Amino acid sequence: MYKSIVKLASTRNFYQFAGKLLPWLGWSTLILLLIGSYWGLVIAPTDYQQKDSYRIIYIHVPAAWMSLFIYMVMAGSGAAALIWKTKVSEIIANSCAPIGASFTFLALVTGSLWGKPMWGTWWEWDARLTSELILLFLYLGYMALQAAIEDRRTAARASAILAIVGVVNIPIIHYSVEWWFTLHQGPTVSKFSAPSMDKSMLYPLLVMAIAFKLFFLTALLQRSRNEILDRESTSTWVLESRDSL
Amino acid sequence: MSMSLHDFLYMDGYYFYVWSSYGLAVVILVWNVLSPMRQKRSLLRRLGKPKRRGRNS
Repeated sequence: MYKSIVKLASTRNFYQFAGKLLPWLGWSTLILLLIGSYWGLVIAPTDYQQKDSYRIIYIHVPAAWMSLFIYMVMAGSGAAALIWKTKVSEIIANSCAPIGASFTFLALVTGSLWGKPMWGTWWEWDARLTSELILLFLYLGYMALQAAIEDRRTAARASAILAIVGVVNIPIIHYSVEWWFTLHQGPTVSKFSAPSMDKSMLYPLLVMAIAFKLFFLTALLQRSRNEILDRESTSTWVLESRDSL
Repeated sequence: MSMSLHDFLYMDGYYFYVWSSYGLAVVILVWNVLSPMRQKRSLLRRLGKPKRRGRNS
């Protein structure tokens, strides 16, 4: 009895706290996105080799980073849900999946749009591209599993296990450009000691990366709040505060 | 800045690739915000929340 009250309180607190945070997050995300896009598209100098086609980097790289980051959040909260059976972590894991899938899709398509003029091909079955495609299937598999299993607890357990097993793919994506000979270029930014990118091009990329991260948080809180509302539509706090939801 | 609007849109000839990328990014970001908003509206309708002022659906 006590335990269920604590759990209810935590989803309720989460719902209300997220609601207060959302407008701040949303607006700062929008401002950062506008600054980052303007900086990347207009102010940043043209690359001497790739010309203006390199400007795709300001979408492609943040999207690819987020596709990995969101997966780790999803698998991490899935694991937390398995171990401690906490509702909020279950909800967060579920909310991650569609957002992560959309960022993975964006990374793949922008990669293709960048690969065509630079490598002369839309797609190549090389290690980096293939492992990123597998990531998309992992997200879609997670969502399919969620949709297919009626019982919430069982669905949460099954999809958490799928997410955790899929974590092996993350280092494969990350190191693929070093482990195998790939068409995809090596890391340009992650070498923080000496990034092989000029500051005038690097700074807008970092702004976009922060903007995408904040965007993820915004979308995650929106979806998590909805799932809380859905699960607790019969509980008293929802019914009593209907007007301020 | 000496860059003209045409140069900006032309992207050194890579306009198709660059603008498709940014366009898709906009579509995906907007979808990520609108789809939970729509979902919330239908959830609230299910809860029987009274309609907000000036908005009919």
